[in-house]
Amino acid sequence: MVAQELHGHAAPQGFIRKYVFSLDHKIIGLQYYFLALSAVFVGMFLSLLMRIHLIWPTASLPIVGQINPETYLTLLTMHGTIMVFFVLTTAPQGGFGNYFLPIQIGAPDMAFPVLNMLSFWTTFLAYMVMLSAFFVTGGAPLHGWTGYAPLSALKSSGPGEGLGADLWIISIGVFCIASLMGALNFITTTLDMRARGMTLMRMPLTCWSWFITAILGLLAFGVLLSAGILLLMDRNMGTSFFLPLGTINGQLTGHKGGSPLLWQHLFWFFGHPEVYIAILPGMGVASQVLSTFSRKPIFGYRAMVYAMLAIGLLGFMVWGHHMFMSGMSPYTAFAFSIMTMAIGVPSAIKTFNWLGTLWGGRIRFTAPMLFAIGFVSLFVSGGLSGPFLAQPVLDIQLHDTYFVPAHFHLIMGVAAIFGIFAATYYWFPKMFGRMMNESLARWHFWFSFVGTYAIFMPMHYLGMAGHPRRYSQLTEVAYLRPLIPLQRFITFAAFITIAGQLIFLFNLFWSMRKGKKASDNPWEATTLEWTTATPPPHDNFGGVTPVVHNGPYEYSVPGAPRDYVMQTDPAVVAVH
Amino acid sequence: MGLVLLCVIWLITIASTYFFVAKTWWLPHGVSAAAAGIDHQFAITFVIMGVVFVAAQMTLGYLVWKYRANGSSGRAGYSHGNTKLEIIWTTLTVILFIGLNLIGSPIWAAERFRPAVDGATRVEVTGMQFAWYFRYPGPDGRFGATRPELEDASAGGEGALGLDAKDPFSKDDVITGVMEVPVNREVEVILRAHDVIHSFFVPSLRFKQDAVPGLAIHMHFTPVETGDYEIACAELCGLGHYKMHGIVKVVSQSEFDQWLAAREADKQ
Repeated sequence: MVAQELHGHAAPQGFIRKYVFSLDHKIIGLQYYFLALSAVFVGMFLSLLMRIHLIWPTASLPIVGQINPETYLTLLTMHGTIMVFFVLTTAPQGGFGNYFLPIQIGAPDMAFPVLNMLSFWTTFLAYMVMLSAFFVTGGAPLHGWTGYAPLSALKSSGPGEGLGADLWIISIGVFCIASLMGALNFITTTLDMRARGMTLMRMPLTCWSWFITAILGLLAFGVLLSAGILLLMDRNMGTSFFLPLGTINGQLTGHKGGSPLLWQHLFWFFGHPEVYIAILPGMGVASQVLSTFSRKPIFGYRAMVYAMLAIGLLGFMVWGHHMFMSGMSPYTAFAFSIMTMAIGVPSAIKTFNWLGTLWGGRIRFTAPMLFAIGFVSLFVSGGLSGPFLAQPVLDIQLHDTYFVPAHFHLIMGVAAIFGIFAATYYWFPKMFGRMMNESLARWHFWFSFVGTYAIFMPMHYLGMAGHPRRYSQLTEVAYLRPLIPLQRFITFAAFITIAGQLIFLFNLFWSMRKGKKASDNPWEATTLEWTTATPPPHDNFGGVTPVVHNGPYEYSVPGAPRDYVMQTDPAVVAVH
Repeated sequence: MGLVLLCVIWLITIASTYFFVAKTWWLPHGVSAAAAGIDHQFAITFVIMGVVFVAAQMTLGYLVWKYRANGSSGRAGYSHGNTKLEIIWTTLTVILFIGLNLIGSPIWAAERFRPAVDGATRVEVTGMQFAWYFRYPGPDGRFGATRPELEDASAGGEGALGLDAKDPFSKDDVITGVMEVPVNREVEVILRAHDVIHSFFVPSLRFKQDAVPGLAIHMHFTPVETGDYEIACAELCGLGHYKMHGIVKVVSQSEFDQWLAAREADKQ
């Protein structure tokens, strides 16, 4: 905490230093947020094209023309990659984490502001490289976001596997470097920059979630970076890490001795923690918002912290559950399966505690609260298909069918997105000094909530019927033809849901200029960001350092003058 | 608002559950010896998760309606939680999840921990962009050698597999584009892939296994009903992934013997 006194940097003047190459964590947070916002609309547009192609495979669309099978796989690859890396990893952690971690722990900035700026601009570079893959000869790769070798390791395995695939790998490598820098910064900031009185166990659960996410990132992205380098070498330098003796199009590949399964182990050693990197901040936000608008302390704060730590730890021991059908030893499947079931336990604890927080509350249905409630519902629905997929014996039927996209879209896709929406509606007043429009927000919620279920619930049915993933046309395999009406339903649901997102986009930009002016603490919340000005000054607290006396969620304390006691208020003694 | 939320959450829950319970879309009828066990485990998991799903969603809907702020003064209950409750539900979920896993494990073990029985029908299954080839060892019971440098997909059959004609064991190998197997007898499949990873998925047989370049993966299943069952590739293998399908034709033992003999005769 001494670090704080040595830390301050003066507010910059010119536009470039203030808004472009800024060292201010708040500006950097916004930069991450808007990068993710652009990425989520790109990713969503790609998914829209996929849905259209599945139902009208021969349709000719404006600008993109007719989509052929390889283009479909390109859309699928880029949709997954952009969503996972540039949205689900970027917005909750880089965006909101950057903006609010320092403020919520009472720090003037991140521990390493220059590193912070570098990690954003490195992420930006990665994003540009990723998008450029669309425009090179052969287009973007078609090997899926998981990039399984040898498909991803051989340039002649399909269109897009040439330069497009190289750019894809380079982009991910650059992204890993950016995330490693970010992770170091988050960890150091949490450990060293907390205000006086802000003990670890007084941190808001959002801070805990960003802290644990950063640790996961530090341990996971290094592995993906290494794997990516090996893959790049296999492709361009004649090595054979992932390539056994084999042929492609009847020609010898010239490689031998490598193992395709090695890629899967390395990828999923990153890939499974990545799921938690995406969802943990959402859990933190949901906890924060549910507590605020139930006007109740979070139910079981310590249990929530321990559950997140347990999820983080177990998250590194379950990667093999993606590989039950891969040719991996069936004995290891046993161990991975037990660990995976075990990870359901802390997830269940969190759900119980959210319900316990609502119990006996006085719930205010603000926009962030609606999305937090939606988050809990989606987390339950997506979570409960987990124990199916965690059992290798059921994976025989369900692995690589639509059951899997149904599961992960609900839990790590849309649940995490609902976390981002909740965070946006919750913190928008602090970030922009204005309120978002509540009626538009409600419409946005209904479209998103009902739409999400309409899209992803039927995918479970497709999966059970044995519909494999990543099929660009549904007419070749006879048993898929009766499922086309269900696919059509999903496409229509997607149209409506996506239309609903335009309401959000409009609300966001309209409210920045025209929204009602926000007070410093419009939600009557307790954490430190609500003690400072709106928007916060350059050093966050205007020259004073806050001193913390209370836990993060002291709502409805009996005997207190108001129904909320801020963290900086004199220590509470509940009068029962 | 609380009431609307309650209604929407409950309606979504009921609608989702209805299509599961009514089995409008469900696992296809199982035709292998393993299907009963797998389907049973699926059913147990489905019932447990279904009950938890309905209970959790209904509770969520109920709570947001019941505890909505209704304008009257008064405060929410002040509580930081309840350690006893935490211990109870943690213990319950541990028992439920781990128990479920342990119930299913013997089925997995039976499927995958033992090799195929002696006397199983042996078929080598090879995946390549974007077709499946099936090879039977012939009367000598041994597969002839294959060499990657001899592979020529355009030649089909033996050429596609790169069968080495100089190897005496390859003389009687039969290579087909349809997988024909006798009913009620275990089939040993040896899975290979030439180029990229493919996955041999036959939903009706409750069978799935990736075919990985560089590996020969030995698996087994026992079909118990005659009929034609579709194979659908389940691992993204390139632009033709969606059309990489085939047929497993399960026939009587005598029909199978005749068919194989005829293929053998074609070859000579």
